[in-house]
Amino acid sequence: MHIDSIKNGVVIDHIKAGKSMEVYNYLELDKLDCTVAIIKNVSSKKMGRKDIIKIDSEMEVDLDVLGYIDPDITVNVIKNEILCEKKKLTLPSQIKDVVKCKNPRCITTTEQDLPHIFKLTDAETKTYRCIYCETKAK
Amino acid sequence: MRSLIDILSLSTDEIDELIAVAEDIIAHPEEYREKCRYKKLATLFFEPSTRTRLSFEAAMYELGGSVLGFSEANSSSAAKGESVADTARTVSCYADIIAMRHPKEGAPLVASMAASVPIINAGDGGHNHPTQTLTDLLTIKREKGRLNNLTVGFCGDLKFGRTVHSLIEALSRYTGIEFVLISPEELKLPSYLKKDLLDVKGIKYTETTDLEGVMPQLDILYMTRVQRERFFNEEDYLRLKDSYILTPEKLENAKEDLAILHPLPRVNEIHTSVDADPRACYFRQVLNGKFIRMALILKLLEVK
Repeated sequence: MHIDSIKNGVVIDHIKAGKSMEVYNYLELDKLDCTVAIIKNVSSKKMGRKDIIKIDSEMEVDLDVLGYIDPDITVNVIKNEILCEKKKLTLPSQIKDVVKCKNPRCITTTEQDLPHIFKLTDAETKTYRCIYCETKAK
Repeated sequence: MRSLIDILSLSTDEIDELIAVAEDIIAHPEEYREKCRYKKLATLFFEPSTRTRLSFEAAMYELGGSVLGFSEANSSSAAKGESVADTARTVSCYADIIAMRHPKEGAPLVASMAASVPIINAGDGGHNHPTQTLTDLLTIKREKGRLNNLTVGFCGDLKFGRTVHSLIEALSRYTGIEFVLISPEELKLPSYLKKDLLDVKGIKYTETTDLEGVMPQLDILYMTRVQRERFFNEEDYLRLKDSYILTPEKLENAKEDLAILHPLPRVNEIHTSVDADPRACYFRQVLNGKFIRMALILKLLEVK
């Protein structure tokens, strides 16, 4: 299978096999007008199989969202068909409006305008908790 | 400007300082009668809690201040759909400090982000109730003379009981504490508290369903009510509500200097015949609640 290389854009690499649609949805890539390629189950020396997303447009990728989904993902910025930057991800200390609090007793369920903010409370177990009610993010 | 939303936002030094001020108020009440003159406390109670509201109001009056507010959501602008943040901003224009109770978890935090005066969380659903924890700590300190080297039994609803969770978190920061957790299987302490707190800190605890069996070990017995409002299912509530009822017979093997605490109100989990026992501290605990709230108001208003 042949997929064109991109001239100016972003390649999101080392996505765990099967997780690309989750990344696509979190980053709201459906709202883009440019070409977006989702490549699933690519052979990888490091991972066995992986997914890749190619975005044929210069855009600011929300690194916090990606770091939350999987900090092992890499983000490559392409300019004039040359890889000019490789961004490493870390677990963000806080995420805003990425996931919603599921606790029916949380204030966010009645006050719709409040941002859904989760804080990293345990990096080892990648645990995020709602800042309002401390419920774990799921 | 500082608020009190969660007991863990206070260091142990700050808790010790609040307890020291509360003990000084008890010893020299006349010195504190004018400390908050011309200051106003707003009590914003979006759900009724007569005990807590009156305790805050009595605390402010005893400091020479005055009080305004509402005692249920129906009589507030919340009934018209106003957000917590807007209510907090508005009331900040009228009062110097706000005590807020709300059925939704996190509401006082939202208020503290918007308000320009200190917010005290007076209970947010089943989540936090830091002034109850401060009350419990002051009571233990006054009854036992210390907050370390104690075997503390918690009995009843350890699953939903927020006062239990907060007190365990607060006491875990003192040395030589051991917990005895007495509850029916369905109302055991949540595993995150055991794994993430007690196990991590290496604090000894035992779990049992047998209150009388562990009674002789205890320095403190903290009784709790099984709360109807924490259950989604009425059947479960009815089945579990009478799991433990403390009677004089059950106290036969207890230590002479045991201290029995209860956050109140009780339903029937402590028989009224226990009230005359000098080890029953729960009404002294209520009084301590007023004194520690006085100390807290002074601290947050930065009144010397």
